[in-house]
Amino acid sequence: MTAISREEVAHLARLSRLAVTEQELDMFAGQLDVILQSIARIGEVAAADIPPTSHSVPLVNVLREDVPAPCLPREKALAGAPDVAEERFRVPRILDEE
Amino acid sequence: MTTVAPPAYDDVTEEFEPVIGLETHVELGTRTKMFCGCPTEFGGEPNTHVCPVCLGLPGSLPVANKAAIEATIRIGLALNCSIASWCRFARKNYFYPDMPKNYQISQYDEPLCSDGWLDIEVDGEIVRIGIERVHLEEDTGKTLHIGGATGRIHGASESLVDYNRAGIPLVEIVTKPVPGTGARAPQIARAYVTELRDVIRSLGVSDVRMEQGSLRCDVNTSLNRPGDDWGTRTETKNVNSLRSVERAVRSEMIRQAGVLRSGGRIIQETRHFHEDTGETTSGRSKEEATDYRYFPEPDLAPLAPDAAWVAELKAALPELPRVHRQRLQTAWGLSDLDMQSVVNAGAVELIETTIAEGASPEAARKWWLGELSRKANETGVELAAIGASPRQVAELQKLVDGGKLTDKLARQVLEGVVAGEGDPAAVMQARGIEVVSDSGALAAAVDEAIAANPEIAEKIRGGNQGAAGVLIGAVMKATKGQADAKTVRELVLSKLS
Repeated sequence: MTAISREEVAHLARLSRLAVTEQELDMFAGQLDVILQSIARIGEVAAADIPPTSHSVPLVNVLREDVPAPCLPREKALAGAPDVAEERFRVPRILDEE
Repeated sequence: MTTVAPPAYDDVTEEFEPVIGLETHVELGTRTKMFCGCPTEFGGEPNTHVCPVCLGLPGSLPVANKAAIEATIRIGLALNCSIASWCRFARKNYFYPDMPKNYQISQYDEPLCSDGWLDIEVDGEIVRIGIERVHLEEDTGKTLHIGGATGRIHGASESLVDYNRAGIPLVEIVTKPVPGTGARAPQIARAYVTELRDVIRSLGVSDVRMEQGSLRCDVNTSLNRPGDDWGTRTETKNVNSLRSVERAVRSEMIRQAGVLRSGGRIIQETRHFHEDTGETTSGRSKEEATDYRYFPEPDLAPLAPDAAWVAELKAALPELPRVHRQRLQTAWGLSDLDMQSVVNAGAVELIETTIAEGASPEAARKWWLGELSRKANETGVELAAIGASPRQVAELQKLVDGGKLTDKLARQVLEGVVAGEGDPAAVMQARGIEVVSDSGALAAAVDEAIAANPEIAEKIRGGNQGAAGVLIGAVMKATKGQADAKTVRELVLSKLS
């Protein structure tokens, strides 16, 4: 049984801003299906007394004190930007105009 | 666009029942950001308060700020919420350049605080507003839109982003839907945000300044006909002052009623409030339904505030504004009605501070509710932003008490203070305002007035004290209104007795 449809892959690709071709839609749907089915098998084994795991280490309240630490120099902060203007990250227009 | 005139507000509330809800964001006043040690100071040079964590660089790991967690728990406790004994952060996934990561760290189905309430006072009546949740998230960066009209995102060709604000701890406080407020919905919305602001300020966890964006409010509004299910709601953003909260609810109620009456349907959407017109317009339409694909944040360990920690924070809560106000009311000897007008004017703290600066309760109240409230109403600004400080008002009163100013002159001085001309003493000097207390100069002015009006003087000598007004007027004119009228009267009468 297919757990994930081509449409769902297309939807996820759009949300992730990935340009996916028609052929890739089929390929990824198949691959994601295998992954989801593997995960589903774990669900079969897990009994009601086993809570879902979101964190692999049994830690809580890992907190830091409210003490300032050094920041990056601005040149370094902006070094990875695709483009820079007025000491800011320059990005293409955000809204698609209708 | 509809060409039908919008319905009158009274007709709207006659025909429809509103349900309101408020989402408030509060930037915490911690020294550092939520998940890294970058400073939170306002107004730094662009992209100077950033590091690998708040820029979302690969390999960086967030660690939660203990002070922010405690501040949020304290807000939750002050709002009578239950504090989760275990909860997680969640990733809210979306692509938008105001977040350097492709997600915002927030909380989803496990908020730190939930299910509380806040009592507010409206027209002497207590209204209980249910609190759905209080959760913690990180603020976004600031975008500058280039190429569009007046910095708006529509029509922009590109955007410039400053991430100094990205990662500052942000507390979101969401009310339960509030039905049954009828025509008072706008007033209640405003009273709620006001009270919430005061509560948070009393906790000392944020400066809660709407004009600087450290307190931001989204207003949900829907209308239904009596007996019907609740209507479709809209979410109004860009509501940047207490006054705007009230106006936004009101104008959205009127707009929705107009649509519903003409047989239209309300679309669930984001709308923007415009300060200048007092109306809302449709916001950007989302390309598709929101799909944030929340999942537990794997990089942050769950929070598990134990009972002892929460009890300790609860024990250290300060006196909350409502209790504080009751104490002040007794101390100032005010009736419920008088206290309510102080609260409505937003003057509680201002009067309190003015008294602490040395003024009497009566004098402090007189200035803030009288002259200054009137000015605030005229200019449409909050009383606290009028331009006169409690210290200046106390100084002004000291000058009156010391006989350096009459009430009338003090009002002129206050006008100068409000106009930004400096402290009362400086305004007096710059404008040359002073009571003529030099008895020699005053006596000379009286003598002159008598000499210039012999018939009037004769009348007064004959026992007609009512005629003294003419001479007093002449003296006041000669001293440019800077003499104390009572003193002048006494002088005139004594000279002509």
